[in-house]
Amino acid sequence: MTAPTRPARQQQDPGLRPVPWRRMAWVTWRQHRFALTGAAAFLGAWAVYLWLSGLQAHHAYAAATACHPASSFACGNLISEFNNTYGARSEAVASLLQIVPALIGAFVGAPVLARELETGTFRYAWTLAFGRTRWTLAKLVPLAVTLAAAVGAFSALLSWYYAPFFADGNQTALAPTVFTLRGVTFAAWTLATFAIAALAGMLIRRVVPAIAAALAAYAGLALAAALYLRGHYLTPVVTSHQNLPVTAWIISQWWTKDGTFAFAPWPPDSLARRICPISASGIGNPKSANPLQCFAQHGYTLWHSYQPVSNFWPFQWIEGGWLLALSVLLIAATVWLVRRRPT
Amino acid sequence: MNVVDASGLGKRYGRTWALHHCTLAVPAGHIAALVGPNGAGKTTLLNIAVGLVTPSAGDLTVLGGRPPGSPAALDGIAFVAQDTPVYKNLSAADMLHLTRNLNRRFDQAYAQARLRELGIPLNRKASKLSGGQQAQLALTLALARRPRLLLLDEPVAMLDPIARHDFMATVITAAASDGVSVLLSSHVLTELERVADFLVLLSQGRVQVAGPVADLLATHRVLAGPAAEADRYTERPVVHVFRDGLRARLLVRAGAGDPVPPGWRAHPVGLEELALAYLRAPAEDESGAGAPGTSDAEAKRVTT
Repeated sequence: MTAPTRPARQQQDPGLRPVPWRRMAWVTWRQHRFALTGAAAFLGAWAVYLWLSGLQAHHAYAAATACHPASSFACGNLISEFNNTYGARSEAVASLLQIVPALIGAFVGAPVLARELETGTFRYAWTLAFGRTRWTLAKLVPLAVTLAAAVGAFSALLSWYYAPFFADGNQTALAPTVFTLRGVTFAAWTLATFAIAALAGMLIRRVVPAIAAALAAYAGLALAAALYLRGHYLTPVVTSHQNLPVTAWIISQWWTKDGTFAFAPWPPDSLARRICPISASGIGNPKSANPLQCFAQHGYTLWHSYQPVSNFWPFQWIEGGWLLALSVLLIAATVWLVRRRPT
Repeated sequence: MNVVDASGLGKRYGRTWALHHCTLAVPAGHIAALVGPNGAGKTTLLNIAVGLVTPSAGDLTVLGGRPPGSPAALDGIAFVAQDTPVYKNLSAADMLHLTRNLNRRFDQAYAQARLRELGIPLNRKASKLSGGQQAQLALTLALARRPRLLLLDEPVAMLDPIARHDFMATVITAAASDGVSVLLSSHVLTELERVADFLVLLSQGRVQVAGPVADLLATHRVLAGPAAEADRYTERPVVHVFRDGLRARLLVRAGAGDPVPPGWRAHPVGLEELALAYLRAPAEDESGAGAPGTSDAEAKRVTT
């Protein structure tokens, strides 16, 4: 047998310079241009609508605020017209836009690896001199940055669109339906879904199931963030005052009696019927007209924990931060998987 | 220099060894055929050589001691995988562009000239090309990289006879004029005689025999004689007995000078018959050397 002579051969290729990174730019664009232009067209159509609709809303709001005297009937009409027309429209827009980050992230991210693995072309792409680890990095990182930048720009427009509705300072800016549409979290969720989809594509190796898995993972994560995580980014304010600011995002409420926990969030029916019955005859009866007062008279105290609206930007950075960290981690894991075990 | 050098190589998928105790050295400058039935481990071996699969046991180096998948190995090896996976949605021109961008060398003029010769329009998408044209496109891309080693996994399995002939002609030309070493896998035995000058027979995950075709043919003979006496021949190792009614043909490991028993006639062996005999009679070794017997080391040794 020919004796295997392996060691110390590595050093003889010092002149072997890697293929320059920039050569991947054309490849990435050529292979993902439909996904990217599709996403751009989708965002562009939304942007046109938001711009036109936003201009009207800004004008209507400016007219309402410039109205003098503010307490006049005509001015009140302008304000209620603004709220009825544009307020309702902005809420519809908010509910439609909720899934946009997930859709864009999943549709751009899932095919990056899944399509190569599904069609077998990874055997071609990953055996060229560029190298598969660098290939994966050169695809995922520019796509992630491009997506984040484009969606970030879009969410700047979105923040402008929503400005009139938050201008009077009476909105719950932390409410789940609007929190992720403004600031940095819109782009951060897009980035995170992109990273989830890329990893799902590497693991599942098929485009459509990878998109489905990414959307499911996004839904789970977004629900967990809205229901459990976000309320605890910073310690909530706990108070037994009944005059909460209108902008407060209430996390929870509970009752105490004599300094110990009684029940949450509302009294049990049996207790309510016993001590504060709301009977037909009760209407007009000052003693039982307001159940809150009635319970208070029986020694119960209502407590709230809430997040003040001043936490909006800290929360944006916290959520954007952990989503960015998660995305970096997932992309690193994907690259590691490609490097370690392609088949 | 050995373009592929494996020792004790094994790859396990679950409980099945796709490759087991595989020891092999393919020297440079050959068109080597990796022959074996479906499931013999040919694709696994090629995928390990190109860095797409990590071995479970043993090791393999390419191009004179380089690890598979290392920059030098990727630079020097062009791989055409089974079913010639080109990007179906890309045009031939885009495939050229992509391949040129992702390699240190790419002979654009050669690639364009060859595609013109083959009548493959540059602006046509790969999905619109025939199977033979797709295979030729993949081969052209591989050769335009000016590799030192060309690995082809079942390149002609899906092609009609004419396309198969054209494809092999391209491979032979490249090997002859550019000195490209070639290792191609195939379960088709015909035509190999014309193409390959080095043979690796793989069956059930093991190397049955490997060596230059000329050496293999010189060290094997076919003895034809009465079937009743077939079991009595013990002078030289018998690889396999082909029985046909009253007559039997023995493939034996013997040279032209070895004695022929009375009543028997000796013939030179053809590559196809040699391959069939080894594939029908897989090695039953326990040693892990992949050799049917001690004297087989003779046939497997590579001396260049």
